Amino acid sequence: MSIAFVRTDMAPSQSPPTRSSGLVGWARKNLFATPVDTIFTIIGVLFLIWAVPPIYGFIFPTSLGGNAVAPGGTVEQCRVENAGACWAYIAARFNFFIYGFYPISEYWRPNIVFAMGAVLIVPLLWPAIPYKGINALLFFVVFPVVSFYLLNGGVFGLKPVPTEQWGGLMVTLIISLVGIICSIPIGILLALGRQSDLPIIKTLCVMFIELWRAVPLITVLFMASIMLPLFMPQGMTVDKLLRALVGVTLFASAYLAEVVRGGLQALPRGQYEAGASLGLSYWKRMFFIILPQALKHVIPGIVNNFISLFKDTSLVSIVGIFDLLNTVQAASSDIDWASPTQAVTGYLFAAFVFWIFCFAMSRYSLFMERRLNTGHKR
Amino acid sequence: MQKTLLTIALSASLGLTATAAHAQTLEAVKEKGYVQCGVTGGVPGFSAPDANNNWAGLEVDFCRALAAAIFDDAEAVRYTPLTSQERFAALSAGEIDVLSRTTTWTMSRDTDLGISFIGTMYYDGQGFMVRKADEIASSLDLSGAAICIESGTTTELNAADYFAANNLEFNVVVFTDQDEVVKAFEDGRCDVYTTDASALAAERSKFANPDDYIILPEIISKEPLGPVVRQGDSTWFNIARWTYFALLEAEELGVTQANVDEMLGADNPSIKRLLGVEGDFGAPIGLTADWAYRIIKHVGNYGESFDRHVGPATQIGLARGLNALWKDGGLQYAPPIR
Repeated sequence: MSIAFVRTDMAPSQSPPTRSSGLVGWARKNLFATPVDTIFTIIGVLFLIWAVPPIYGFIFPTSLGGNAVAPGGTVEQCRVENAGACWAYIAARFNFFIYGFYPISEYWRPNIVFAMGAVLIVPLLWPAIPYKGINALLFFVVFPVVSFYLLNGGVFGLKPVPTEQWGGLMVTLIISLVGIICSIPIGILLALGRQSDLPIIKTLCVMFIELWRAVPLITVLFMASIMLPLFMPQGMTVDKLLRALVGVTLFASAYLAEVVRGGLQALPRGQYEAGASLGLSYWKRMFFIILPQALKHVIPGIVNNFISLFKDTSLVSIVGIFDLLNTVQAASSDIDWASPTQAVTGYLFAAFVFWIFCFAMSRYSLFMERRLNTGHKR
Repeated sequence: MQKTLLTIALSASLGLTATAAHAQTLEAVKEKGYVQCGVTGGVPGFSAPDANNNWAGLEVDFCRALAAAIFDDAEAVRYTPLTSQERFAALSAGEIDVLSRTTTWTMSRDTDLGISFIGTMYYDGQGFMVRKADEIASSLDLSGAAICIESGTTTELNAADYFAANNLEFNVVVFTDQDEVVKAFEDGRCDVYTTDASALAAERSKFANPDDYIILPEIISKEPLGPVVRQGDSTWFNIARWTYFALLEAEELGVTQANVDEMLGADNPSIKRLLGVEGDFGAPIGLTADWAYRIIKHVGNYGESFDRHVGPATQIGLARGLNALWKDGGLQYAPPIR
């Protein structure tokens, strides 16, 4: 009779075989699972070996093993065969890219505006910080007025700086901020108008939206900058930047209106009826019941619009406004920095700046979506 | 320098507005205190932002000269960068007072658009660039050479005509984009690169070794670039035109920015008349007697401006060529001031 063996303690756990764990296991599972995977892995690695070193060499300065010329370098260093990016040129013309033709002695004025904008917008976007009402009032009403007088001058003994001299990132930010901020209320009103029961309002809104959506932004800008002056009385001119601002804003609001309408349609009819049965007026229903829900649905769409608006601002360069892209283009004909990679370096810089802003916007929208996600998560 | 559909479409409406013209540009300019000058978005040597973000260039100097003649202050200018589509509309609509923006003087523009060209600041034209190592001295030696050209441009047509007229074999390599053309030439895919001579010089300055390339002396097309004003205001037209002539006359008489004060005491009657020491030639154009003195004092003469922005000592390195004074064998010629 055999004695049954009964373990009294647990067998010690063993680490999984090396073939299925750690780096090797990960590689076997993800890179070499099947022959097809293996082939693609090899192709991918070969591609990286082919592509990465030249890109690295182009972007990074000699001190990090690349061919680029670091800020502080000279044009002679850039003017060689197989030169990398000429970052020295970006550093030398950096002020031009930020302020355009703004007088150098007056740089403190845009600097104050930048600082003011940053100080006001951060708490506005940060949900935990209180006093949102005052903050919003400062940002949406006081800030634009103060900025305008500060930048434009002509009051309180400030030297007048006409908008022709504004430029660079400053103008890009002005156009996109004004476009974004003004298009929200106009877009919402258009979307509500389009759903209205009043035929005249409905028709006007539909016509407005369809007209602006049916023409390319570039046409709008051309009309504003070329045709409009011809229709005006002699000697009367509207500021070129203002014309572009109006064009961009109206264009953006038409798009935004359709995004908001998408949100409105996503709400069940019961929400509208519930509001009405409580005896709320139209505006109260909209602002307290419908819009908070509808807008939450369409945050990705709205931010998508803002990002594309931010990038579309570069189109104003074709009507001779010096936004970031146009200053980069104008500087690329700077003969003092003439070198083989001058233009490419400039465009790389512009792309990077655009990417920073767009990426920040997209991350913020993700954050907002998660925060407002009260029961709709899929 | 190409004509767009838009320009043609606009010309009809422009014609209407332009005849209603402002006869009072000078008064308006004096009242606002500055000259509004239309410039390019950045063409090196002609109008481009310099290291201190100020507009500079040969054509910018014309606007500064105009401001100097009127206000005794070359800085009393505001610049409006314009695209080639916008430029004539901006001028006709009164957004700018003078257009100084590498604009080619052609008959249709001069007669059709309600604008007037006041002269030729720069005689441009199509040229050829080759490698120095190829030892080509003249464009007549280019038979059979591979020529890089941007497709669909007048450049291509001009070159074809020139080669046919001179019985040369035309061997062309066509690209759709200016940058591609330059790249192909630099990489040795063709022997010759052709476009306007001023653009050739600007592109050459971007090469790693600009000295390895030469621009052949022949110019095969006419691209006279000049400032433009609105038609119908003869006072303003005269001011602009004689500002240009004063720049030329000063060079011819040897009056420079440096010696203009000494020259006030010169015996040469031509110099006396130019600087307003003798006679008052400013009054008929609504300016003071020392109008030309102011121009030279603030901006210098044409030769100085040329050397400063596009001449052989600059990165662009253009020779005077057709733009030399008439007495040096060029085309720049000013009627006498008397």
